[in-house]
Amino acid sequence: MLTLKCPFTGALLDETELNCGGEAHRKRFGPGSSDEDFETYMFTRENPRGVHFELWLHSYGIGKWFIAARDTETMEVYGTYPAQTTEPPQEVIDAINAKHPGWTWREFS
Amino acid sequence: MSTRLANHGRLIDRSKKVTFTFNGTSMQGFEGDTLASALLANDQMMVGRSFKYHRPRGVVASGAEEPNALVGLGQGNRFEPNQRATTTELFNGLTSVSQNHWPNLEFDVGAINTHLSRFLPAGFYYKMFIHPKPFWKHVYEPFIRQSAGLGKAPDKDSRDADTYEHFYAFTDVLVIGGGIAGLQAAKAAAASGAKVLLIEQTAHWGGRAPVDGGTVGDEPVDKFVEQLVSELETMDNVTMRNRCMGAGVYDHGYVLGYERLTDHAPGAQGPRHRLWRIRAKQVVTATGAIERPLSFAGNDVPGVILASAVRDYVVNWGVTPGDRVIIATNNDDAYRTAITLKQAGVDVIRVVDARSSAGLLAEEARQLGIRVDPGKAIAKVKGGKRVKKVELCNQDGIGGAREEVDCDAVAMSGGWSPVVHLWSHCGGKLIWDEANAHFRPDPKRPPLGADGDGFVVAAGSANGPLALGDVLTDAHAAGKAAAKAAGHKPKNTKAPSGDATEEAAMEPVWLMPANADIQLRMKSWLDFQNDVKVSDVQLAAREGYESVEHTKRYTTLGMATDQGKLSNINGLAILADALDAEIPKVGTTTFRPPYTPISMGAIGGEARGEVFQPIRRTPMHDWHDKNGADWEPVGHWRRTYAYTRPGESVHDAVNREVKNTRENLGLLDASTLGKLIVKGPDAGKFLDMMYTNMMSTLKVGKCRYGLMCSENGFLIDDGVVARIDDDTWLCHTTTGGAERIHGHMEEWLQTEWWDWKVYVANVTEQYAQIAVVGPNARKVLEKLGGMDVSKEALPFMEWRDGKIGDFDCRAYRVSFSGELSYEIAVAASHGQAFWDALMEAGKEFGVMPYGTECLHILRAEKGFIMIGDETDGTVIPQDLGLNWALSKKKEDYLGKRAHLRSHMADPDRWKLVGLETVDGSVIPDGAYAVGEGVNANGQRNVIGRVTSTYYSANLGKGIAMGLIKHGPDRMGEIVEFPGTDDKTYKAKIVDPIFFDKDGEKQNV
Amino acid sequence: MKHYSAFAVAREALRYHTGWERAWRSPEPKKRYDVIIIGAGGHGLATAYYLGKNYGIQNVAVIEKGWLGGGNTGRNTTIIRSNYLQDPSAAMYEKARSLYEDLSQELNYNIMFSPRGVMMLAQTQHEIRGYQRTAHANALQGVQTEWIGPERVKELVPIINIDGPRYPVLGALWQERGGTARHDAVAWGYARACSAMGMDIIQKCEVTGVRSENGRVIGVDTTKGAIDCDKLGIVVAGHSGQLADMAGFRLPLESVALQALVSEPIKPCMDVVVMANTVHGYMSQSDKGEMVIGGGTDGFNNYTQRGSFHHIEETVRALVETFPMISRLKMLRQWGGIVDMTGDRSPILSKTPLGGCFINCGWGTGGFKAIPGSGWGMAQLMATGHSPLTEAFTLDRFREGRFIDESVAAGVAH
Repeated sequence: MLTLKCPFTGALLDETELNCGGEAHRKRFGPGSSDEDFETYMFTRENPRGVHFELWLHSYGIGKWFIAARDTETMEVYGTYPAQTTEPPQEVIDAINAKHPGWTWREFS
Repeated sequence: MSTRLANHGRLIDRSKKVTFTFNGTSMQGFEGDTLASALLANDQMMVGRSFKYHRPRGVVASGAEEPNALVGLGQGNRFEPNQRATTTELFNGLTSVSQNHWPNLEFDVGAINTHLSRFLPAGFYYKMFIHPKPFWKHVYEPFIRQSAGLGKAPDKDSRDADTYEHFYAFTDVLVIGGGIAGLQAAKAAAASGAKVLLIEQTAHWGGRAPVDGGTVGDEPVDKFVEQLVSELETMDNVTMRNRCMGAGVYDHGYVLGYERLTDHAPGAQGPRHRLWRIRAKQVVTATGAIERPLSFAGNDVPGVILASAVRDYVVNWGVTPGDRVIIATNNDDAYRTAITLKQAGVDVIRVVDARSSAGLLAEEARQLGIRVDPGKAIAKVKGGKRVKKVELCNQDGIGGAREEVDCDAVAMSGGWSPVVHLWSHCGGKLIWDEANAHFRPDPKRPPLGADGDGFVVAAGSANGPLALGDVLTDAHAAGKAAAKAAGHKPKNTKAPSGDATEEAAMEPVWLMPANADIQLRMKSWLDFQNDVKVSDVQLAAREGYESVEHTKRYTTLGMATDQGKLSNINGLAILADALDAEIPKVGTTTFRPPYTPISMGAIGGEARGEVFQPIRRTPMHDWHDKNGADWEPVGHWRRTYAYTRPGESVHDAVNREVKNTRENLGLLDASTLGKLIVKGPDAGKFLDMMYTNMMSTLKVGKCRYGLMCSENGFLIDDGVVARIDDDTWLCHTTTGGAERIHGHMEEWLQTEWWDWKVYVANVTEQYAQIAVVGPNARKVLEKLGGMDVSKEALPFMEWRDGKIGDFDCRAYRVSFSGELSYEIAVAASHGQAFWDALMEAGKEFGVMPYGTECLHILRAEKGFIMIGDETDGTVIPQDLGLNWALSKKKEDYLGKRAHLRSHMADPDRWKLVGLETVDGSVIPDGAYAVGEGVNANGQRNVIGRVTSTYYSANLGKGIAMGLIKHGPDRMGEIVEFPGTDDKTYKAKIVDPIFFDKDGEKQNV
Repeated sequence: MKHYSAFAVAREALRYHTGWERAWRSPEPKKRYDVIIIGAGGHGLATAYYLGKNYGIQNVAVIEKGWLGGGNTGRNTTIIRSNYLQDPSAAMYEKARSLYEDLSQELNYNIMFSPRGVMMLAQTQHEIRGYQRTAHANALQGVQTEWIGPERVKELVPIINIDGPRYPVLGALWQERGGTARHDAVAWGYARACSAMGMDIIQKCEVTGVRSENGRVIGVDTTKGAIDCDKLGIVVAGHSGQLADMAGFRLPLESVALQALVSEPIKPCMDVVVMANTVHGYMSQSDKGEMVIGGGTDGFNNYTQRGSFHHIEETVRALVETFPMISRLKMLRQWGGIVDMTGDRSPILSKTPLGGCFINCGWGTGGFKAIPGSGWGMAQLMATGHSPLTEAFTLDRFREGRFIDESVAAGVAH
């Protein structure tokens, strides 16, 4: 039963107010892309045991999408930030580094 | 015999007699009794039968850990099986029946199993009942099912007479357990100013401290508890709830509380149970410890009871389970029971202490004249339905040279195990404590919260300490630590000093006598309810079921309704011994919520019957209901399937509506169709991505039918899009699609194209929308007057704002039926009045309302696809011949890239065609068209399937649409659809437009 | 291997059951095997078993990080059915179901397959059409199912409320030869049979690396040393991503928690398995008497084997509505398992980009019922390079857009 902090309002949100939208920071491949890139974009998932970045929607609330950096094994949340970005903010990266030196997730580390 | 004492009984009110029944016999107890104490007071030693061998079972504990004393409680719509007598507060008129026997408790045919037990060891059923094969289903299993199960099932049609509710609570510190540790922890936390919620599963505060005695400061412990409770009651930042159990601990400080409000007063006002959904910054588990049984032969005979429980029955309820009691122990605490019994006037025949020496409490017992035998053990308890004799022997050895002693009860103590369940639910780890031979919480590895720090602190004996003083010190520190972790500043205070007689060390005793032979081990119970014995665990280990999970599952150890609260550690120790491994290496099974079973009613909460799920109603809902609506659930909406008239079948009603709409005038409540406003400078560009066809070029005032695909290429929705002004579009979605498509649009806008300037608003419920359909559609609107709805002023696929009659409206000239048709949107609040006006004005034009089935048939006659019928999540627009709606001009739209993949471009994909049965019959829903032969897996080859199939009253025959391999190239061919009714339906492949192929009827 | 029978039990009883031998040996790994299977769950053990039985490949090791059968094989709600819509699924699950019919006799281990019947309730018009479609498909697939009306539903399930005010029962898809089996026994029975064939089941042994040469697998590194092999099968459910990573390829998988619960045991009141997909819940009664209830999955990646309580609430609420008499029963235990879900929610049984390395994963919420069929097909694939049972379930289908989507029939849960 997770709680996540809304990066827009600062409110602590209960999982029952939210919907998870799956892996975040996926790069869209449209017409002109290779079959392989399109498959990766659509289906291949990091599915890590540990640090993960995922999209969340405050569906029973303000209707905003945001991204949470969360550990899939310990449920620790390293930070949340608006979905309108292509990379995690530095403070979230710092928070992860503090707990997991040397971590990587796709192109981020 | 088991009897009520003349003295003692701190929890009962002897002036208030309570009458209850057990197996139909009327009995008496006192207010404050539990059902268990009252049964014991009435010398009801045997209270049930065990699960596997149907052995006689008596009360063995006094609280939530009880595995034996389970009864069927109440009657009729309040009957409840498997209720623990030890946690059931007695009330007048309580009815209880014992379980798992036939024909009755005293004489049970199933008890034959106990004589066969030698042939029914752990896992016997895996090795037997294999041949002959049909016997498992028809002979063996029915027999096993009948003899298994515990309580009787409630009547098949019974409806719970009680209600339940859910409750939210937010707190800084939640303290679970209102014993002395919980109270002290709550006080320490509350002193810091933290908001504290304290919950206790029983009706009483103080736990077992008042039973065990001792002093705190200068006060006897019971006085200290009273003061502490009243002090907490006056604190504004403390909420206290008894009869409220901490049921489970979940991620990020979520805790379930299970409050039993009226179990002790059935029929009282209000809900029976309340499920608390608690969010706590910190949780203190002050859940105490549970005494372990000792494993000796016959330890399951009624009258063999935990030593602490015996003490509870004497002190709390003034009941002794026997007149002549033998006590077996491996620790000092059991001497408290000896002393308590002796002081209550009960004959304590002997204390059998497996250790060679004991501490001060033993000395005190001796001084009271109690015989203490060190180094001794119970070899065997004799008696069937109650204890008659005990055979004693040396603890070291195999159980020879026995001495037989008469007695009628045995109090046993194998040491104490902290209640670590709640600590463990969410990942808290345990360490093995050698000195006390138990697992306790490892403070270095607590359950972790959202911030990565621990959010549970164990306090008091739940954390290991057992002595009064240590418990208070530990609990005080735990309360302070929790308050601090919750962001408060704890007061610099010391724990009150508790004082109780110092105890000598316990010695682990996992088997009595230590080298008991196999005959004794086969009678030494570990799990009393499931009938798992020492020999069973040893057998499991011998056969290679070595992991603790294997052993548990192979023997069913700890899988009974008490979930191994009494048996697990003993079983684990036997397993470790059998494997020659250390206990902590073997590990524990996983602790899962709930701590004790909680009612399904409470979990379900208020949402039953009519309020199970919300129902969405259109503005005209009540009118439909009064006018014969046969309702169909569509998502959370209710839509009218058809309007039946008195004496008319649904089928006839549908046919009448179909004909009337084609011939005269039909009205459809289309309000459930989704209506999304998409607005902004980039709205056109955005809709071009959302829809497969071009929406940015749509002219203001015009409508266009649009298709939506997922990024994966599959059709997900369709509907008419209207351009309202330069930067505003109104998108209609399917009934089920409004929220889904709104969410879909928002997701793309927020997570991919967040710099595009577009807003989306779901205005579905702001409008009532009515489809006015049929040759007389224009006439009725013209009769009402207002805006010009002529062919010239409002051509097909255009919309206008204006007035019809007195109603401000937006009229769309669209058709999903092939008829002259207008969909007219008015403000939701005007919907009913507008509907009434149309019905009134339509009388002379033959108006009739029609439902969703008629809608389906009308569109099928025209070959229009329906999302959810022609599509199922695997269908792409190309399959439906909708290539015309796939824009070739656009570089990109959702689904475009996906359609390029090899399987989606495959010419062998099934394609949409019309299907006309050769004999006019209706192809069954869901039928498949067959090809020649079978595939590599022996399945009949199929070449297509029907997607929509109806009887068309207008055409007087069955019509269908379907997806057929190479279908459009096979016009006129006959394909076969085998039904599940043994008939084969032959159908000709035809054009999917069955009616008015040139569209003359709608273009008038 | 000592034969199990009532006679053997009686004979052993005379010596107090001290004569039983280990159900499976506990060997140290050899240097080399023809085939290594990673994962001693039901699917891994069944794969090994049919490699030996059908293809005579018995120089096989099954390597398990924890204890055999310790994953989802022992955490599911034990339902067995094959009333799937799509041909490849129906073939797979029907193969499994038919093997389950004789598995006790074949393994000489009572796995308690109980064909008590499985019904899937239709509670909307859409579901009626969906299940009627499935019934037609099943008839052509050789899967015996039938559409039944509400009266027959009530007859088969006396405790059901067919007139619920919110979602009345409109009928059901009924598979009479579907049912349940004892989940642990399936793993134990296969393990015992594999061991008897001379295969090595190596528990408490974690694979730490996959070794390859020239694009072919040559062995694995483990916590018990390096072991060579010609062929490798990865059958590790929720851990597939980690193993695939070691083998140098990636998977379209996500791991989420699926939850289930049981009530306290009561005397028999429901013989058949009932699935109610509109309200999201399913229930059966075990031979012990517990009502076994399956719930939903959390929407987020999770490796904790515990889930969120609101899903339990939703499931129980739906079932109290469907079976009102359970309101006064009590939930005894809830638990979670980590299930691996693919992009189309159907499994992957496939060759991989690494030569000689095969993968079997992605069973999501439906793996238990498939175990014998999955093992049969996987063994055929590994031994011969091709199996009609597995050919639709290849890894490359995601690239080709060739999905096997079972959700189309009225949003059926597994």
